[in-house]
Amino acid sequence: MASMDKNLKERSSSANMSLSDSPLYADRTKVYPRAITGRWRRVKWAVLVLLLGIYYLVPWLRWDRGPGAPNQAILLDLDGRRGWIFDIVIWPQEVYFITGFLILGAVGLFLATSLFGRVWCGFSCPQTVWTDLFMMVERLIEGDRNERMRRDREPMSVNKAARKGAKHLVWLMIAAATGGAWVFYYVDAPSTLVKIFRGEASKEIYFFIGLLTATTYTLAGWAREQVCTYMCPWPRFQAAMLDEQSLIVTYQKWRGEPRGKHKAGDTWEGRGDCIDCGLCVAVCPTGIDIRDGQQLECIGCGLCIDACTQTMSKVDRPLGLIRWDTLARQQVRATGKGSLKWRAIRPRTVLYGALLAIVASVILVVFALRNDSDLSVQRDRSPNFVRLSSGAIRNSYTVKISNKTQAPRQFQLAVEQLPGATLAIANAEGDSTTAAQHLTAEANSVSTVRVLLTVPAGSVPPGSTPIEFVIRDEQGHERASHGAVFVGPTR
Amino acid sequence: MPTKIEKDQLSGTDTTGHEWDGIKELNTPLPSWWLYTFYACIAFAIVYSVLYPAWPWFNGHTTGLIGYSTRAELTQELDAQAKARAVFIDRIRATPIGDIRKDPELFNFAVAGGRSAFQTTCMQCHGAGGAGNLGFPNLVDDDWLWGGTLDQIYTTIRYGVRNANDKSHQSQMPRFGADQILTAAQVSAVADYVLSLSGKAKATPEGKKVFEDNCVACHGPEGKGNQELGAPNLTDGIWLYGGDRQSIYNSIFYAHAGSMPAWGDRLDDATIKMLAIYVHNLGGGR
Repeated sequence: MASMDKNLKERSSSANMSLSDSPLYADRTKVYPRAITGRWRRVKWAVLVLLLGIYYLVPWLRWDRGPGAPNQAILLDLDGRRGWIFDIVIWPQEVYFITGFLILGAVGLFLATSLFGRVWCGFSCPQTVWTDLFMMVERLIEGDRNERMRRDREPMSVNKAARKGAKHLVWLMIAAATGGAWVFYYVDAPSTLVKIFRGEASKEIYFFIGLLTATTYTLAGWAREQVCTYMCPWPRFQAAMLDEQSLIVTYQKWRGEPRGKHKAGDTWEGRGDCIDCGLCVAVCPTGIDIRDGQQLECIGCGLCIDACTQTMSKVDRPLGLIRWDTLARQQVRATGKGSLKWRAIRPRTVLYGALLAIVASVILVVFALRNDSDLSVQRDRSPNFVRLSSGAIRNSYTVKISNKTQAPRQFQLAVEQLPGATLAIANAEGDSTTAAQHLTAEANSVSTVRVLLTVPAGSVPPGSTPIEFVIRDEQGHERASHGAVFVGPTR
Repeated sequence: MPTKIEKDQLSGTDTTGHEWDGIKELNTPLPSWWLYTFYACIAFAIVYSVLYPAWPWFNGHTTGLIGYSTRAELTQELDAQAKARAVFIDRIRATPIGDIRKDPELFNFAVAGGRSAFQTTCMQCHGAGGAGNLGFPNLVDDDWLWGGTLDQIYTTIRYGVRNANDKSHQSQMPRFGADQILTAAQVSAVADYVLSLSGKAKATPEGKKVFEDNCVACHGPEGKGNQELGAPNLTDGIWLYGGDRQSIYNSIFYAHAGSMPAWGDRLDDATIKMLAIYVHNLGGGR
């Protein structure tokens, strides 16, 4: 009894001790990911080269649009308020296309996640791609995991300072190139590049290059996995996208356990295949142990699969101790009774797929029906209407005609649903009151005219009458209309 | 209050020594980022109050070493703006008013400048959109007292109506009733006749005779008015002082003589040109 009491007391006091010793805030443990080769590493390199290639090179694509228009294939000209995407010109009032693409992106992400887990995080997220690039630089300059860990423990030396300095310099150069490439999407790339180096570019350009250089350097160089674990909202709600049929990076516990060291020639009877080499932990960019099961920090990059494949082939055991698999299939496999097919088609994926198709077709239809001209009419309200000496009633309107093409166009402006009405352009020379007016709309711009609409004394409808302004392209068949009202005295 | 500062086991931080019902308060140090931001703010405040106007004083305030002043900055901005506008203003001053319309860029500037000047000096009487008020003419319609061509509008704005300026439009309608030129019955008859010109009453021979004897000199034999004299057109259903019978009776009995300032005495010529172009462009210009 007495010894038990003592034992208990000791245990409880040691528990107290550990509680009071542990700080309220745990410092970050620096992650030193080890280099690995293998199938998924190759896929990651390929995706990295592809995505970075697109990001850095697209602003340099040229596209001839004729004189007066920029020759950059993709240019989001904020100053000129036009988005140039090959032969498509997007005006500010059409930014709703962005909404469509954002919805597509979100639903696409849902679909990919419910099928393959966090492939976005593991392979194509900018944070992952740039961190991968920065880690590659780090490895080239500072060596692999063990060398880096050793050097970080050592006191400062010329060698250490030189390597660290070189690493940060290369990081900053990559970061600056990243910020620079971002700016090139908004301005003419070749001429701006020259201006940047000559110190002639605008303050805004230097500011945004500086800002994106700083964020790239900080997020990919220093913050790394903390962005995924603490800053990014996606891991928080990915659980809602995943289910037991999603492919995720899986450690096959039923096969691997009980784990333990293994010497060549020892029997594999009565033990698991995991030899506890720790390679899967060493290569993990977020510093977790996949053998603990699916967890928040796992970005699904598959590097631990490569690591385990390497180890399993060394000890000559079946590959795939860590593999892409679903929870449902693992459950069946664990019982040892056959295997289950992967269900890619299930209500969730069908719904996401259908949603994707619907949104994509809506965008496509809206885009196909898009007009190259646009009409906007605003009635002048002060005064509401004017009584002329003949007794006729006149309203005036500000009419704006958008010509989205690269050539001037001729339009016929008329008013419908108001019998007897005549139109005149304010400030036109001479007396030109007619039923329809001829207007010229300059290329790639909005032409504004003030239009006087007059209804003779006898045929003025009382109060407010809905009418419709219509423009017709005199050469083509395009027609655009805009509703308005005609206001007269209320008898 | 007794204070007993002790070390907290869990956090390793001292307590403040205060205790309320067994609850002790940790004396957690401020986060260093907060503290350094605070120090930086103090340093900034000192530097700022030395460089910029900051402290109230008995006879004003400290002006700061670099001599910054918001008033000076405003003056500078206004000067810069005036300089930017001067290019157009000078061209408007040099261009005959009728030719301004031929240059779309100059014309647009004139309309915008005219609108701005109108909102400052004209809208008090003529309304924000130029639609006028009782006794203040509507500038949007096509009925003009002193003429609706660009030059006539310019002249009216520059010299005004019935004011002390020698060149202002001058005319005076007699007070037919009040000065006993006509009897009340005659005024009543001619009021009916005037109404009949726009088809709102039946003309009587008596009214017609009074009109022909007293009114045609200015308003013309058909009542169509005379812009030389600022005599309104009586046939068009547009009334400056009201078109109902009582209003017309009063106008004849007491007469009206509206006045408008000579804006040439107060505004520069370019502004008056812009105003004329703006008013002409409202829709009623001839």
